[in-house]
Amino acid sequence: MQRLLEYESGCGLAGGWFMNGDTAAMVKKAGPGEDGPLLEVRGLKKYFPVTEGIIRRRIISQVKAVDGISFTIETGETMGLVGESGCGKTTTGLCILKLETPTAGTVLFRGEDLSTLNTRQMVPWRRKLQVIFQDPFSSLNPRMKVGRIIVDPIRVHRLIPDNHKQEARVAELLGLCGLSPGMADRYPHEMSGGQRQRVGIARALATNPEFIVCDEAVSALDVSIQAQIINLLEDLRDQLGITYLFISHDLSVVRHLCQRVAVMYLGRIVEMTTTEKLFKDPLHPYTRILLAAIPIPDPDIEAQRDFTPAQGEIPSPMAAPSGCVFHPRCPLAVAGCSRERPPLRELRPGHHVACTQVELNPIS
Amino acid sequence: MAILLEVTDLHTHFSTPFGTVKAVNGITYTVNEGETVAIVGESGCGKSVGALSIMGLIADPPGKIENGHIRFMGEDLLTLTDEQLRRLRGRRLAMIFQEPMTSLNPLLTIGRQLCESLQTHLGYTRTEAVNRAAELLAMVGIADGGRRLKQYPHHLSGGMRQRIMIALALACEPKLIIADEPTTALDVTIQAQILELMKALTRRLNVALILITHNLGVVARYADRVNVMYAGKIVETGTARQVYALPSHPYTLGLMRSVPRVDQARLQRLIPIPGQPPDLTRLGRGCSYGPRCDFKTDRCDDESPSLVETAAGQCSACWNTKAVADSLGGGS
Amino acid sequence: MQLATDDASRVDSPEDVSLLRRSRWTDWWLTVMHDKKALAGLVILAVFVFMGLFAPLIAPYDPNDMEYEMLAPPSRSHLLGTDDLGRDLLSRIIHGTRISFFIGFTTVALALVSGVFLGLTAGYYGGWRDHLIMRYIDLQWAFPNFIIAVYMVAVFGTGIFNLTIAISLAYVDDFARLARGMVLTIKQEPYVMAARAMGASNTRIMGTYVLPNATAPLIVQATVSVSYAILAEAALSFLGLGVESTTPTWGLILAEGRSFISRAWWVGVFPGLAIMLTVLSINFLGDALRDFMDVRETQDLM
Repeated sequence: MQRLLEYESGCGLAGGWFMNGDTAAMVKKAGPGEDGPLLEVRGLKKYFPVTEGIIRRRIISQVKAVDGISFTIETGETMGLVGESGCGKTTTGLCILKLETPTAGTVLFRGEDLSTLNTRQMVPWRRKLQVIFQDPFSSLNPRMKVGRIIVDPIRVHRLIPDNHKQEARVAELLGLCGLSPGMADRYPHEMSGGQRQRVGIARALATNPEFIVCDEAVSALDVSIQAQIINLLEDLRDQLGITYLFISHDLSVVRHLCQRVAVMYLGRIVEMTTTEKLFKDPLHPYTRILLAAIPIPDPDIEAQRDFTPAQGEIPSPMAAPSGCVFHPRCPLAVAGCSRERPPLRELRPGHHVACTQVELNPIS
Repeated sequence: MAILLEVTDLHTHFSTPFGTVKAVNGITYTVNEGETVAIVGESGCGKSVGALSIMGLIADPPGKIENGHIRFMGEDLLTLTDEQLRRLRGRRLAMIFQEPMTSLNPLLTIGRQLCESLQTHLGYTRTEAVNRAAELLAMVGIADGGRRLKQYPHHLSGGMRQRIMIALALACEPKLIIADEPTTALDVTIQAQILELMKALTRRLNVALILITHNLGVVARYADRVNVMYAGKIVETGTARQVYALPSHPYTLGLMRSVPRVDQARLQRLIPIPGQPPDLTRLGRGCSYGPRCDFKTDRCDDESPSLVETAAGQCSACWNTKAVADSLGGGS
Repeated sequence: MQLATDDASRVDSPEDVSLLRRSRWTDWWLTVMHDKKALAGLVILAVFVFMGLFAPLIAPYDPNDMEYEMLAPPSRSHLLGTDDLGRDLLSRIIHGTRISFFIGFTTVALALVSGVFLGLTAGYYGGWRDHLIMRYIDLQWAFPNFIIAVYMVAVFGTGIFNLTIAISLAYVDDFARLARGMVLTIKQEPYVMAARAMGASNTRIMGTYVLPNATAPLIVQATVSVSYAILAEAALSFLGLGVESTTPTWGLILAEGRSFISRAWWVGVFPGLAIMLTVLSINFLGDALRDFMDVRETQDLM
């Protein structure tokens, strides 16, 4: 509440309060979430029904896009959520933002259970939770000028009543994202991919959020532009104290940007720990295969790497294997793996793994 | 090693309402028999257009090969008739595209598509073709080929379809395969499978491969030689080791520095290349990388540099290669 | 601006900013000027609109004056000849422009607004609203538009007001169906997701995110429908289900001319020509509009 008041009084001074280097500290101090994590996801499930028939719809099966996952994110932290296509990482992000309705489970933001709120009750929370999408081409309304795109969230939440101050705020947000104020007068199709992604970021920042879901936010960009956007996201985190959930399939970017990582496979988290531990000492067989599959941009290192690609295909989420979902491709799999789902256990301090075999088969 | 493909001063332009897009603006390179050459660059740098020019697949209009020669197995492809080119395309020259779903005909079975190619180009009979098709599927790692031949493309996963594309490309024992971002649409673990397969097969059958990609890791793992493209030109060429160890063009250096690496913990901020690629309809007379370059001098504004050898087998199109080398500490 | 660090601040170089800045209307105007067919269409329509607006001033005679020679061929005093009651054909056609254009544009405007409302509601909310609206649309779809218009007029009676309502009702389903289809696609776009994530209300999302992106095909459909509506009015009047016979409309004149087509060709040909020219012009303009919208989309690929 205190923070809200600060905002109301401070918003008039466009430029002053937002840029303040202490903002990060301010965010950390304020709010009831101080004792607990900023975000807590408990037993989140999202099943999509598969229907058949035209006149009378029958549910013939379910796609378990997200199948009971739990994790927490601390204030100011960047959490990575990685996995291949169909692993449910994007659905997880959408469920947290209530853009998809979870089938089961709770999403606690600053201790408030968002999953019980209706659309109207959710509105004030939407100010604090924002999203940046993958595709800079389709994530901006093609019929709106950039200035309008950025000011819209401000108007929705009636944050700044005065039109001139709104304009100043837009210019400020553009500057924050490395664009000149003149860009406000352009349409998205008059910009390059990197510039559009900056507009998407400016829009997400417009309501001064505490938490942003970055859904493959840099994946569609060329490498040289990707580096610019990664740096921008880092700067914003350091200076505004924003907490990110960084959803990506690119482990190199995740290693660079995140403090903690959860690896997902077919709707489940198979391993979760700090970035350092995950990349130095991956425990789950899937994580190991995933890391080995990524080519390193250095021919000398590549020449020395002993590499056998993973066996088999990623099963369809419609027909997920029984027991441990990874067992058909797993080099460590034993008979029991196809029967029982391995729980996510803390095998080492701060290192959670969903595998029963890994302790018995230490890494060579 | 004999030279298989020789591209000389190739220019491919597209006329659009917004001006002429010089997509490929004078590229020269060779591919030896059995060799894997990577063409790296960001979107819009002309890497795909260059490949399509070799295949004779540039739609005219709006595209047009304005100038240059493409010598393949001693013949200049640009002087061939459509019919001759078509015959060559199936037989000696094959292409694998990025999106395996759209490059297979959704209405025909896998077997039908494979056999058709074998029957028209190699004059196989129906039974011979079916047997050979099953052999090809086994070669690309697809078990129970007999069943798969009867399936349609939508029955298969993306990785499977790309395997089929490879089988199709290999069907007539070509000398050269052009793979345009063959694994970009695939997941990491599947990408690794497909690339390993392509590497093994091209080695075994002595097929040359032009691997077009934006992924520097893929290049490092699979390419013998590398051509780095920027704004329609090749700015650096060399063996993969040379280019990665001692990049001699500022753009190559910039690319290497701007990718985070999965094998290294975060040491520092990334060093991105400032600005963005130029508008290909409005290229100036100077070096097109000039506006983004840290090593820019006055000369770069006026004259466009051409490829000059900086080390044995390594060339760079830059006026200031010495400054670039010095910035790397003279070698390591 | 501490945050806009080295790499970021150089993103927009001066040459980017100097990009040609034009408004959309200027773009549209330029497209029309470059397209000879569209330009011709625009000029012809402008002439008709002018004629309709100033009909009493332009028309050489009173359209209902029956004082002249009956069925006189085109001559200097009656440029397009006279009809069977001795009325000046040119004056009748000039006055007829009013009704034909009024009906053409009003009916489409009504059909567009109500159709888009229904389609938007059905597509955006889905569920029972979608079911209800779509069943009605399906029902209407099952009958040809013209039959519906005939039926409506038969029930409610003739006259310009009833005619307008009847014809617009007949076209509602076209717009509703099209709008619903567009909404279903646009609803999935990430920018609509982003609007939901920012907490925008449903009306705001529909009004500022969904609808503006669905306009292109709707406008094209509207131009096509205007020509159909003018034809429908002509056809209804031709059947005697249109306005009172004292009010000249193109369809009515055409209908009257039918009986004398062998003796006095001009009574049927000239109103027919007016209808043809209008329909053609509107379609030319519609084509240009579609090309113009297409350019906007394909520009992204460059």
